[in-house]
Formats: sequence, structure tokens, C-alpha cells
Amino acid sequence: MARGVGQYVVIRGLMIIPTVLILYTIVFIFLRILPGDPILAVVGTKNIAPEQLEHLRAMAGLDKPLYVQYFDYLIRMFHGDFGVTLAFPQGKPVWEYLKLRFPATLELTIFAFTISVLLGLITGVIGAIKKGSKIDTSMRIYSIVAYTLFIPWFGMMLQYLFGVHFHILPTSGRISPGVELHRMTGLYVLDSILTTNKEALISTLKHLVLPSFTLGVVLSGAYTRLVRNNMVDVLSQDFIRAYHARGVKDWKVTWYALKNAFIPVITLMGLQFAILLGGAVLTETTFNWPGMGTFIVDRIDYRDYNAIQGAVVFFAFFVGVISLIVDIVYALLDPRVKY
Amino acid sequence: MELITKVSHFIFEKKPGRGMLLFGLVIVLAVILMAIFAPLIAPYDPTASSSDSFAPPSSQHLMGTNRLGQDVFSRIVWGSRVVLYVVFIATMLSMSIGIPLGLISGYYGGKIDRGLSVIMDSIYAFPALILAIVIAVVLGPSPINTAVAISFVYVPTYFRMVRGQTLSLKGQLFVEAARAVGAKHREIMSKYILPNLAPTILVVFTLSVADAILTEAGLSFLGLSVTPPTPDWGYDLRVGQPFLLDGYWWLVFFPGIAIMLLAMAFALIGEALSERISLGTR
Repeated sequence: MARGVGQYVVIRGLMIIPTVLILYTIVFIFLRILPGDPILAVVGTKNIAPEQLEHLRAMAGLDKPLYVQYFDYLIRMFHGDFGVTLAFPQGKPVWEYLKLRFPATLELTIFAFTISVLLGLITGVIGAIKKGSKIDTSMRIYSIVAYTLFIPWFGMMLQYLFGVHFHILPTSGRISPGVELHRMTGLYVLDSILTTNKEALISTLKHLVLPSFTLGVVLSGAYTRLVRNNMVDVLSQDFIRAYHARGVKDWKVTWYALKNAFIPVITLMGLQFAILLGGAVLTETTFNWPGMGTFIVDRIDYRDYNAIQGAVVFFAFFVGVISLIVDIVYALLDPRVKY
Repeated sequence: MELITKVSHFIFEKKPGRGMLLFGLVIVLAVILMAIFAPLIAPYDPTASSSDSFAPPSSQHLMGTNRLGQDVFSRIVWGSRVVLYVVFIATMLSMSIGIPLGLISGYYGGKIDRGLSVIMDSIYAFPALILAIVIAVVLGPSPINTAVAISFVYVPTYFRMVRGQTLSLKGQLFVEAARAVGAKHREIMSKYILPNLAPTILVVFTLSVADAILTEAGLSFLGLSVTPPTPDWGYDLRVGQPFLLDGYWWLVFFPGIAIMLLAMAFALIGEALSERISLGTR
């Protein structure tokens, strides 16, 4: 059994590689093969000496034939080298940015993810228990409204309400400017706990509330509906009636039903994670959150294709790893999965 | 004429989800009319600036004015054109690529199927917005380019659905019968399988339009869709944000509501349709 799980993890882990390769290829095709010169895109219409253009091209590895560029970048990528920035500043390793920015995005997504699952579970279970009632209908409406919320709009409304009107929560950044924090993992909540820095912890958590709530609510809608439908199915099964017949308390029966209804939710988590990352770009932009999303958006302004390519390919790795984790958790929890 | 009675019967039939369907259809219709008759509906020129900047909503300016003194309501009315145009083109493009590929993949199976499925699954698993950003950056800001960027990320949605349905349909008796009487592969796909997919395609269409509206708004919020002074809902949100903290909420409130109402309308239609056809969505 233990060996079976190990093998499964390894084989499933190897399946990340084609996914990353395909996405890398797509991004490469768009950024390099389509008409448009990345270097000219950066320097724009400014008059620039031909030698300097050549130098820039060599620095970015753009002077070689396309297929060499393709494999060159690929090999370096697996060594953690994601190329260099082309502008503002020139020639800084993209990895240096990703290293700083990724923990910020990870922290935001972990909190948003937790909020979305919790909200989805609560609203879904309530809907299922009160099946067919007005409460059920309102949970359903909640699910649709949450799903179609436009992240920047929802974020701005919360900023206005809690930042401007009540003035109780910060509306941008990760930590208040004056607060010192010794950076270890880059996850500020974890860092401030590790260094027992209470001031930093409070400041960090306060900064996290609005962005993670914004993203969490938007993603919770899909869970609401899945949890509700699964719960309704499970609650109508024989074993639930048997529990009721034996006089097991209602909340206990609900708990047992929830455990059974939860397994399909794990599959959804994998899919939702991609949407979560897309939403994170908008959330980060709205709340000026210094993560991967704002990095990509900043680089758009400079038309820095190299940096964008690096960040997107890194995202592909991240998505691959998350879907791997979700599959493993699913395999461990669902006895029907054979390795 | 017969078609009209059929359609209206379908819409007004007393079945679950009628309210959602009606609500959604009314809003979609209203937005389409708003886009067509924009010059008649908008009280002001959407791009004309005036000295009356940051005026709060009033009887003169229904939704107030922005920094340049442009009428927010007029910009929303005209902005509907960009959204509808981009989303319409994007959806047509992704359908015309995703549906045939899904048919071929599901029908023939084998290596083509495996290859296409791996590619489509990879795109599907990746954050749609981020991929759309990459494409939109390369193509440059213009509505047609935004449409192309969005269409690319929704191809897998159609592909996966059509492929799955084709797989289950191709073993059925009526397809076998068609083959037995000598129908060609092309014929079987277009005349026997495709018509059976129509209801599902319709549901996926409405749901992916809802999604595409939010993606379009996201791209233009990031400054990747239109160039100023073209009125566009997502872009106006971006431009209005810096003034939110000064209390000028109407610059972002109304364009956002417009985006979400339209997206929600399509989502509701999709919900109602899928309930009637009774199939799992997504």
C-alpha cells in the first residue's frame, strides 16, 4: 500500500512536465514567433544605436536561432533560471523578482482559498438542509452573484466601505510602512509568528483581510453549489435515514453527510485554483499587493516580454504542483482510487 | 412564425427556472438595444470633456461625471458596444475552433485525440486570465485583439464538452445505423452527432459568455483592451480607482454594476437552460 502511494505520487508528479512544456511552448510561440520584436517593444520609438540593440539582443539571448532559444530557455528554466528583465532595470534575473513576489501571492491565495472553501461549505450545507425553502433559493442566488462578482469592483467597494468610510482597515500593500519585519520565508504571517513580532502580525493580518475576503467570496460560489448538491444527494441515502431512525442527533448526521459530500469538492479545488490565480492578478492590482500578478502587470507597461514569459512559466509550474497535491489528497481520501 | 411561437413557448413555459430565464433575457436584450441605440439613449457625448468634473449623481448627470467631466452614464451606454463586440467575436472564434476539433477528437480517437486532449487540458488547467494577458500584451490594445486573446482561452471549454459528448454518442445505435447504410464520417459528424450536441452547446455558450464578459472586463481593467478615450466598462473602473479614496465612488460603482449585470444575465440564462436540459454544468 505504502509503496503504491509512493509510485502514484512519482508518476503523477512526472505528469506535470508535459503540462508545463505545453504552456511554455504556447507562451513562447506568442511572445517570440508572432511578429513583433521584444527589444524594439521595450525601447519603443526612441532612437537607439544599432550596437546597443545588438547588445540588448545578445543579453536576452534573442540573437540565436529560434529553436536554440526555445531549448536554451527550457534547459535553463529547469535550473531555476528564468531569464533576465529587458527594462527598468535591464539585465536583472527574473528569478530575483519571482523569489520576492511569489510568497506574497502564495500568502494571499492560501487565505483566499480557505475563506472560499469555508464560505462555500457553510452556504452549501445550509442550502442542503433547508432544501426547497426560501433559504435554499437565497443560497443559490448567493452562488450565482458571487460567481459573477467583478473582483476589482467588489474590492473597491470594500476599500470604500472599510478604508474610507469606517476607516478601520488598510486598502493597499502587505504591511504598514513603519512596521519592521525580519524576512525569512516571505510569508509575512509566518515570519511574524516565527520572530514573535506581534505588531507585524497584526499589521499583516489587517492588510490581508480585504484582499483575501474579496478573492475568497468570488470563488466561494462554485463550492456553495457543489456542496449543496452533493449534500442533498447524500442526505437522501439509506444510511442517513438509518442514523435518523436510531436517534442520532441532527448535527451529527449532518457532519457524517458532509464528510461524504466532501470528496468531490476536492476535485473542484484543483480546478478552482487556476481561477484563483487568475483572480489573484486582479485582486493584487486592486489592492496594490506586491505579488506575481502585479509583477506581470508592471512588466506589461514596459512590454518586458522576457519577464512576462518567466513569470507565466513559473505560474505553470505552480498550477502543476497544486493539481498534483489535489490529486494526491484525493487519492488518499477516496478509497475507490486505485494506484 | 412557427419558430417564434416555439421559442416563446419555451421561454414562457411554466417550468423551473422560468424567472431566471426571463430576468436574464430581459437584461441581455436591454443591453443589446442600449448598444444599438447608444446615440439616441446617451444624453451626452461619452468622450467630450467639460469643466463640470467629479459632479455627483444628479438629475443632470444620472451617474455623475468623472475627472474629465465626462458623463458616466453616457460612457456606460456607449461602453456596452465594446463589451458586446469583443465577447461576440471571441465566442464565435472559440466555438468555430473548439467544436470541430472536439468532434474530430472524440469521433476518431487514437493519437490525434490523445495529442489534442493533452494540449487542451493543459490550457484548460491554466488560469484563463493570465494566458489572455500574455496574448493581449503581444497583440496590443484593440478590441479585435482582445477578442482573439479571449477566444484562445475558451477553445478548451468547447473542445472538452464536444469531445466527451461525441465519445458517448458515437457508440449509439443511430450512429451505427448511419454507418451501416454507408454514411461518410463527415456526414455522421455533421448530420448525426452535431445536432444532438446543440442543447449542450447552447448551455456552455451562455456560461462561457458570462465568463468571457468578466475576462474582457479584467483585461480592460489592466489596460489591455481599449485605448482612451474609448468608453469601456473595465477601463473606466481602472481610471476611476485613484479617486475612490477621495470619496468619488460613482466613477467605479456604476461601470462595475454594468459588467456584473450583463455577466449575471448570461449566467442565469445558462442556469435555467441547463436545468431544463438537466445536465451537469462545467
